[in-house]
Amino acid sequence: MKKVFSLALGILAVCGILWFGVYHLSQSQGPVTTKNTLNLYNWGDYIDPQLITKFEKQTGYHVQYETFDSNEAMFTKIKQGGTPYDLAVPSDYMIEKMRKANLLLPIDRKKLTNFKYLSADFLNKSFDPKNRYSIPYFWGTLGIIYNDQQVKASEVQHWNDLWNPKWKGQLMLVDSARDIMGLTLISQGHSVNTTNLAEMEAAQRKLDQLSGNVKAIVADEIKLYMIQNEAPIAVTWSGEASEMLAANSHLHYVVPSEGSNLWFDNMVIPKTAKNKKAAYAFMNFMLEPENAAKNAEYVGYATPNEAAVKLLPAAVRNDKQFYPANSTIDKLEVYQDLGQTKVEQYNDLFLKFKMFRQ
Amino acid sequence: MKKTRSFFMVPYLVWIALFVIAPLILILYQSLTNNQGQFTLQNYVTYGTSWTYLKMTINSFWYALLITAVTLLISYPTAYFLSKTKRQQLWLLLIILPTWINLLLKAYAFIGLLSRSGTVNQFLTFIGVGPKQLLFTDFSFLLVASYIEIPFMILPIYNAIVQLDPALINASRDLGATNLQTFTKVVFPLTISGVKAGIQAVFIPSLSLFMITRLIGGNRVITLGTAIEEHFLTTMNWGMGSTIGVVLIVMMFIMMALTNDRKKKRQEVLPNEKSEG
Repeated sequence: MKKVFSLALGILAVCGILWFGVYHLSQSQGPVTTKNTLNLYNWGDYIDPQLITKFEKQTGYHVQYETFDSNEAMFTKIKQGGTPYDLAVPSDYMIEKMRKANLLLPIDRKKLTNFKYLSADFLNKSFDPKNRYSIPYFWGTLGIIYNDQQVKASEVQHWNDLWNPKWKGQLMLVDSARDIMGLTLISQGHSVNTTNLAEMEAAQRKLDQLSGNVKAIVADEIKLYMIQNEAPIAVTWSGEASEMLAANSHLHYVVPSEGSNLWFDNMVIPKTAKNKKAAYAFMNFMLEPENAAKNAEYVGYATPNEAAVKLLPAAVRNDKQFYPANSTIDKLEVYQDLGQTKVEQYNDLFLKFKMFRQ
Repeated sequence: MKKTRSFFMVPYLVWIALFVIAPLILILYQSLTNNQGQFTLQNYVTYGTSWTYLKMTINSFWYALLITAVTLLISYPTAYFLSKTKRQQLWLLLIILPTWINLLLKAYAFIGLLSRSGTVNQFLTFIGVGPKQLLFTDFSFLLVASYIEIPFMILPIYNAIVQLDPALINASRDLGATNLQTFTKVVFPLTISGVKAGIQAVFIPSLSLFMITRLIGGNRVITLGTAIEEHFLTTMNWGMGSTIGVVLIVMMFIMMALTNDRKKKRQEVLPNEKSEG
């Protein structure tokens, strides 16, 4: 008994010392108050860390960077309102959902002096008309990535090419209901935002035919697998693709010309914001062409900042894989928030496809 | 004395109430509400009438059964010979060691081993068989899941075998039983409690594996865990997710009941046995 007691005491003492150490460390970085802190809620590895340091030096604000790995997780956390996030970076359909749930504060354009640098192509989209609540951060597409050692460029220019029996067991898909259902809908000439159940079910039946070609339906691991030549073809997002291309020179990315998804990650001020001044300072800082260009080069996604694009190296700027031609951009569709029932129908149909085995 | 004892029970009771009973009640409550928070049985109706969910349930059960069978087949002989070796503590440590490593790390290590350019395929190419598709198959899923669960099967069986009185084996031999008869009539029946504990420890977690189904199975293997993840993280229909959770819990209770009942009967037959594995 005595031994157990001293052991328990020892553990408590160690905990105490560790807690004291942590407390001391956080104190040495200066007192943290809502006045001088910006609580930034963003995707993991989605900003050049040097920019945060630069922002802190320039403005004197202290940045608390917290990350999330899915829009839904972020939504839940902001809805519960435990942490006073001043700025978040959700994707398009989630902005619409948050807007409907009254979780966003309107953005005062007058305080946003650098708004003028944004390209009109990426403003005023259906999820946030007139950009009352959100400011574009990055944008991108959904497309096909292939390895030129096994696949000729001419063989995978369109979504329908994925159904070619030649690719039996060769294809990797992202585990995302809207994206995979969406590309099938486009291949059938329908909108990615259709709420017509007959069209959705037809898409699922067409997807079932794809089942034999599918090697795996995975998430972030696609990056690893494509780089290691595990599969010759995959469907993924442009941002992920740019990282894969950087690591394996045999990979190429195609946005099918018949259309695809256009997605956005936009900056918003959630209702939980305590320091709006810092949030505006940060948005203006990130819209500064020089900073936006630096960030785009670091993250590898496409920037909506027209002035920043001009600052990028010509090889990046003219890369049709990530800055597609205007004729293609015109055909891209943004996801709309279709409401709970339809979202579930999409996911149920996708689940059916995942369970389908020939 | 009695008072101090009940005082020491307080942390345990608080823990159980907060982290076992309360979550279970919450799951049950969630499963009986829809997204608007109204009371409904709709989730259960959806579950019961959807061929997708029923098929998924059968899938989960089937794969959990396979994993349990594979681990049991490997574990029993392993535990048996382990109990006969010298340096048992060292061998045991080696078996327990992998459980200290994070599940995800182990899964990623298997990706490295089984992928097209992985070690196993390099070996297959070397001996002239040529590279094979290993990842994203039933085989690789069973292999990795069994690998992860195996220590939880070996340990209870090993404990049961070690507690077996060697005198019983000697007696059986003296009475003329062959090795095989000694094993089937004496050793195995007396260590069945360990086997049952092992089955509980392996079958129940196997029902709801979901990281492995995606990382190693490439979502070609779909279990109920996949559906729960989807309902909580993508569709945000917590009610439906909880309903599937309740189904899993019920399956677990059935499994517990099946493996506990016979133990009692055995205790009646052998009232003198004091300790159980």
